Amino acid sequence: MTSTHIGWLGLAGSFVLILVAIVLSLWQRLHLTRSIAWASVRAAAQLMAVGWALRLILDPDASVMWAWVWVAVMVVFAGATLRRRAPEVPGMWWLGTMSMAAVIVVSLSVIFGFGVFPVEGRTIVPLAGMMIGNSMTSCVLVGRRIVAEFSEKREEIEARLALGQSWSDAARPYTRSALRTALVPQIETTKAVGLVFLPGAMTGLVLAGVDALDAVTIQLALMYLVFGSVATSVTVIGLGLTRQLFTADHRLRRLERSR
Amino acid sequence: MDPADRPPLLRFDSVSVTVASGAALLVDVDAQVDAGSITVLAGPSGAGKSTLLRLGDRLEVPTSGRVLLEGVDIVELDPRELRRTVGMVFQRPVLFPGTVADNLGVAQPQATSEAMAAVLDSVGLRGDFLDRTGDDLSGGEAQRVCIARALLTEPKVLLMDEPTSSLDPASRSAVEELVRGLADHGLGIAWVTHDHSQAIRLADQVVVLRNGHKLSRPDAESYLMFGEDGGER
Repeated sequence: MTSTHIGWLGLAGSFVLILVAIVLSLWQRLHLTRSIAWASVRAAAQLMAVGWALRLILDPDASVMWAWVWVAVMVVFAGATLRRRAPEVPGMWWLGTMSMAAVIVVSLSVIFGFGVFPVEGRTIVPLAGMMIGNSMTSCVLVGRRIVAEFSEKREEIEARLALGQSWSDAARPYTRSALRTALVPQIETTKAVGLVFLPGAMTGLVLAGVDALDAVTIQLALMYLVFGSVATSVTVIGLGLTRQLFTADHRLRRLERSR
Repeated sequence: MDPADRPPLLRFDSVSVTVASGAALLVDVDAQVDAGSITVLAGPSGAGKSTLLRLGDRLEVPTSGRVLLEGVDIVELDPRELRRTVGMVFQRPVLFPGTVADNLGVAQPQATSEAMAAVLDSVGLRGDFLDRTGDDLSGGEAQRVCIARALLTEPKVLLMDEPTSSLDPASRSAVEELVRGLADHGLGIAWVTHDHSQAIRLADQVVVLRNGHKLSRPDAESYLMFGEDGGER
């Protein structure tokens, strides 16, 4: 296997592409120069900090406990990020944190239970990060979709309640529609993989000198893992949020959007 | 029990509704709906008529006061059972996706085609409407389907929130005639309207609301005679 080290010089070389983006922004007067520069510097600082911390956690002598602490922190931060990205969704912090915790439990149980990857700090942290990161967009999408759907279709839902349906029966068609909307992009992405684009992990492995077929099997395992994670998180948020929108006596709560 | 001693089908007992902002939507309102009669809830827009109606189906709950169904406080009843006994028809005909049969099936999943055709017949629609979708229906027909859907749960009371406000005059008359027939068959009807002439035409008893308050009898009569300017508090 050929090891690929790009080194500081290589990193500096890749920064030329950021300069290209800045020049394009200046040329087209997009007023994004500062944002581009800030984003690239911030990403570098964040990743350096993460890399430094990862080094400590991934040290073969370090306890695997630290990896789990890292995952717990990621779960809580993911909940806070979801709340910031979808402030119109009531209880998003709590729902987001619960859904990410569910993702970690379900997916890592399968992955480690079947021995797909060994239980080590170097697998726990990246796998958890990948699952959480890939689930975020779908979680925001399903939360927003449900709030929009329940605001727009309030009359229909109340008409169902008025016919004696329970909250769960009255909500089902609308929750189902929101879940489908959130999952379809993931299905489309999965279908296009290999034809339209090469996924990140596989690209990284190939660049690092791993055999292409080995890279493919790892990538496939990760893709299935991500798919399961997205489905789990979207379902937890979708069902949890739906429950939260009704009172115990089967009334639909007022939503900010519907006022 | 002597019929005269029976409690009203539905009774609003000194109900008030105050929202989080502190605004009072209803203040100490009493009203009742009796079997075989139409109670009209009249008043200008924003008077609290629809809020009062929604209390009867527990789509809203009062801040104070009680709603009684045949003498029993509705908080003691399963809301799903309550809503099958107290049906509701909304201002805009709300049809669910699918055919008329699909819509009727939401109210009564076990209903046979014959039962569905019979309930359509009771609201003046032919049985072949069962296969039509909402897009194939006029406003009047859609509202009749909504009434038929509510009737499938065999309610004792029907709450109707301005059910003819979006209909043309011919459909309006037909729905009024239909509802009068339902009341004559023993159903208790609560009908919300801001149309004075309709209130006078339909009502066996009238409750007039303004700014969440129930008007006294002389003020209510004045409102019904002269409209918005009558009975100013």
